[in-house]
Amino acid sequence: MTPSQITDPKISFQNVSRRFGAGDSSFLALDRLSLDIADGEFVTVVGPSGCGKSTAMNIAAGLTDVSDGRVLVDGKSVDGPGPERGVIFQQYALFPWLTVRQNVEFGLRIKGMPAAERRRVSDHFINLVGLSDFADALPKTLSGGMKQRCAIARAYAVNPSILLMDEPFGALDALTRVNMQDQLLDTWTRERRTVIFITHDVDEAVYLANRVIVMAARPGRLHDIIPVDLPYPRTEEIRLSQKFADIRNRVWHAVYHQKPQIEPSIQEEEH
Amino acid sequence: MNTMPAGSQRARSKSLADWPPIILNLVAFAFGVAVWWAITAAKLVVLPGPVDVFQRGIELIMSGQLLIDILSSLRRVLTGFLLGVALAIPVGFLMGWYRVARALIEPYIQFFRMIPPLAVIPLAIVTMGIDEAPKVFVIFLASFLSCVVATYQGVISVDRTLINAARVLGAKDRVIFPRIIIPASTPFILVGVRIGLGSAWATVVAAELIAAQSGLGFRMQQAQLYYDLPTIFVSLISIGILGLLMDRLVQAAERRLTQWQERV
Repeated sequence: MTPSQITDPKISFQNVSRRFGAGDSSFLALDRLSLDIADGEFVTVVGPSGCGKSTAMNIAAGLTDVSDGRVLVDGKSVDGPGPERGVIFQQYALFPWLTVRQNVEFGLRIKGMPAAERRRVSDHFINLVGLSDFADALPKTLSGGMKQRCAIARAYAVNPSILLMDEPFGALDALTRVNMQDQLLDTWTRERRTVIFITHDVDEAVYLANRVIVMAARPGRLHDIIPVDLPYPRTEEIRLSQKFADIRNRVWHAVYHQKPQIEPSIQEEEH
Repeated sequence: MNTMPAGSQRARSKSLADWPPIILNLVAFAFGVAVWWAITAAKLVVLPGPVDVFQRGIELIMSGQLLIDILSSLRRVLTGFLLGVALAIPVGFLMGWYRVARALIEPYIQFFRMIPPLAVIPLAIVTMGIDEAPKVFVIFLASFLSCVVATYQGVISVDRTLINAARVLGAKDRVIFPRIIIPASTPFILVGVRIGLGSAWATVVAAELIAAQSGLGFRMQQAQLYYDLPTIFVSLISIGILGLLMDRLVQAAERRLTQWQERV
């Protein structure tokens, strides 16, 4: 669909389709998605519900199979989850019977890392997300924002080169959310990774991203790619600038004023 | 626990709500015994009074009879219960984790669950004789059936997201099982253990009523032949107290093992 200008992409979706169910009740969750993401890029994905953004992320994570097409990570086809792809879930998905530190060390234990080194790595990332005072606390004692910070530290600890984030701040209140966005960008600047960040919040999408991927629903597909030509670090000044507002409006229109599509094949011909 | 604002009208005069619960428990207990004493002393019913029962209790303790009965009942319960739980937990995990195992085992479990364990006693006696085997077997069956269902429910209700979170951190099935499935289903398993212990205890007395040489149920049955009501009372009270103690023990274990749970 969109010719790629990126050479040597970190992640490459190539004509990825996913159909759920079988027979008459089946539906196309994702229709021939093609998208290249460069190494170190921060990409946000927005779109109405049913646009297949979570499906695309789960496919990249290796948690869902493709029906057609393929996803390449570092040129290799994705087949199941891998340590180079960290995932952060909307529901935090912390192991409630483990403390913050034990959660962060979970992936390291599986790798068989010795205790002393594990401790050093977990200290580093717990500190990075500002949870040092809560290292030995159980998740039930943490607020939503703290839980998600713990989940981010846990994902970072296994040293993935890609972070896949599925509406990670969706369950947080507006104030905490803005705070978490700044913290995430701060972490990302210090520990640069390739990020795919799914959200339904247009402001959030623009504020965080190098590029905003807008998707359309029924069937879920790529609608538009909007570059965000704003410098990092992103500040409140940028958030309140005219340029930000312009990009935001463009994304808003792309998300909320999509032409309804009747038949996928007709749309193809119009391109 | 007192949430009443200080200085309010009711806080000044000491109301019942201000009393610690243990005091209220004791008051209720004393009241019950008093009513019991009053009814029996007035000869309204043909039952032994608290004094008779207490005296018989002392006698049975002094002669060592009560201890022997309690120990033999407890031994049966614990043997049957531990065997039942020891089998129920792996079978429950198997059913929850593998669809094939579930499809193969579930019809049997559901069918046998519908038969009250006590209904199996006559068959057990005929096929296994009247020694320990049939009683332990019936208790085993009762605790196995109630625990296996809870375990398997626990496994199938483990949050998918937790499993996915473990998988993306590099965990394979062989790690996910001990590190995620077992801890996540522990609360369910403990509920099963508690129900299992309850049904084991309920079953032992009935099993002993039918055929035994010792035990609390046997003692009651003997006492029934001699119209020895105080002994029946002592046995009943012992059964109640022991059941309560065992339940509290499991509850304490449950609290310790599942303290990580968010409770509403």
